[in-house]
Amino acid sequence: MNFIMPHLPVLQVAIPLIAAPICVLFTFGGHRKLAWLFTLAVSWVCFLIAGALLSRVLLDTDISYAIGNWPPPFGIEYRVDPINAFVLLIISGISAIALPFARLSVEKEIETDRHILFYTSYLLCLTGLLGVTITGDAFNIFVFLEISSLSTYVLIATGVRQDRRALTAAYNYLILGTIGATFFVIGIGLLYMVTGTLNIADLAERLQPLSDNRVVHAGFAFIVIGMGLKLALFPMHVWLPNAYTYAPSLVTVFLAATSTKVSVYVLLRFLFTVFGPSYGFVNLTLEFVLLPLAIVAMFAGSITAIFQTNAKRLFAYSSVAQLGYMMLGVALSNIPGLMATILHIFNHALMKGALFMALGCVMYRLGTISLGSMKGLGRSMPWTMAALILGGLSLIGVPGTVGFISKWHLILGTLEAGFWPIAILIVASSLLAVIYIWKIVEVAYLENEINQEKTLNEAPISMLAPLWVLVILNFYFGIDADLTTWVARNVAETFLGGGS
Amino acid sequence: MVDALISHYNYWLIIILMMLGLYVVVSRGNLVKKIVGLNIFQTSVFLLYISLGKVSGGTAPILTGKPEAFSNPLPHVLILTAIVVGIATTALGLALVVRIRESYGTIEEDDILISERSQDASDINGSSA
Repeated sequence: MNFIMPHLPVLQVAIPLIAAPICVLFTFGGHRKLAWLFTLAVSWVCFLIAGALLSRVLLDTDISYAIGNWPPPFGIEYRVDPINAFVLLIISGISAIALPFARLSVEKEIETDRHILFYTSYLLCLTGLLGVTITGDAFNIFVFLEISSLSTYVLIATGVRQDRRALTAAYNYLILGTIGATFFVIGIGLLYMVTGTLNIADLAERLQPLSDNRVVHAGFAFIVIGMGLKLALFPMHVWLPNAYTYAPSLVTVFLAATSTKVSVYVLLRFLFTVFGPSYGFVNLTLEFVLLPLAIVAMFAGSITAIFQTNAKRLFAYSSVAQLGYMMLGVALSNIPGLMATILHIFNHALMKGALFMALGCVMYRLGTISLGSMKGLGRSMPWTMAALILGGLSLIGVPGTVGFISKWHLILGTLEAGFWPIAILIVASSLLAVIYIWKIVEVAYLENEINQEKTLNEAPISMLAPLWVLVILNFYFGIDADLTTWVARNVAETFLGGGS
Repeated sequence: MVDALISHYNYWLIIILMMLGLYVVVSRGNLVKKIVGLNIFQTSVFLLYISLGKVSGGTAPILTGKPEAFSNPLPHVLILTAIVVGIATTALGLALVVRIRESYGTIEEDDILISERSQDASDINGSSA
């Protein structure tokens, strides 16, 4: 065991990366179930590694791992500190919980001969997301970002069996995602031009005396816009609703819970570690660009969600609003604000994971997730719908749920920054969430069933169990938030304390 | 002013190429042409990286034993990776276009939008019925 421990950072990424081509080998003989079991096992190993890494960085010090033994800043460095260890745990944890749910859902929604390749793409996507998070090298972020994006486009397009619009959704995401990633790489190029380094810690150091440099400003702008596209910041969110709506249920669960969060993390990393809030132009961007956009996102997302007739699209628009909350916390750039963002990265993964998983169960039984066809579903699928409503309560931010914890800190953040009108706006936009969750309650519980000729059963236990694990976690971390707030405070203080 | 233009001509060319590519992506309705635009856009970034590795008077970065100025090879290596990514994106994009053509019978964005709108409308009617 002692032999493996120092290599955990690289194993975190290398295991799913190597597992992906091995997974393809199951095509010989068509062992679909084995491919699923294999993916499940890999996810759990990743989850255990992420747990070990997080406990090490929280109790001990940050880990720096030199790939191929080339010392940083020359070689690629994997750097694990509390924030990215936390994000790693979220990604691999969601994957570990979602995969038991996956087998039946994938069986139902994807062509049989594609299953093995589907799991391969899934593993690659997992590799990319973990890689973006763990790496300490700016160009390496781009490479992993593209690994995860390319596999995401494939995963979304596999929804074509349900609806051909999955193809156009994947295509549009491909165009916008590539533009976003290319903007990011232009930004990295401009920073490299000035500093001659790609290592994030080294970049941060060398950029300190260059705060008036025009090239640095341009690089910063490109990076913020590029990441804004990837994380679906309000006016750049157009790819998100269709991609989430038409992707297979498992993919929506995984993407909604992890992929945009990883982009939020990268943006945080650049804003606070590389540039730092002491830069005048960083503060200007936060206050005059991100803050208004975040507030518009909170309202535009929620209001559009109210008018949706497709449950998945409804929650996709609500994701746009929730990303607004995360960006609001970033824009406030004080300790409670940043804590709210970090908490919400975790909390939103829990709630959207649960919500989309519940919709996956509906899809499994009903074959559609339009609100009109969910009439009276509260009676035939009580467990699924109860989970959906409880997840919804968490989304609104009812006390006792995780949603409340993040909004509480967000409001504290606005008050500390002296923006009390924004605190009122946060409450107002939460009330909008009440409206769209109520729409579902009304359809599911207050209307009569439409398909009385065929009796619907509750979703199978293998899908309900992971769903309820997430729902219970929503309440567990809503009531006992000591652990998550401790991590979040730790991280926020490192970011704002001018940490390296 | 003119000096600044001439001495940085590579950057001007790259900016023009970049904007051309982006314009093609935004303005064309044909899905294949959009991918062509995306390629032009990505290529301009490759050129940006490659041209910033150039050291004036520098030779190829090969160890000869003599102390010579040589071009920075790192951006070139980075761009090899980016080219691979670009090819993968193009291949995937074109594969999607083939599938779109198979199920919609067209690769014009406007026509696709029209048939998607009617599908949206039938979703809503079908559910309320």
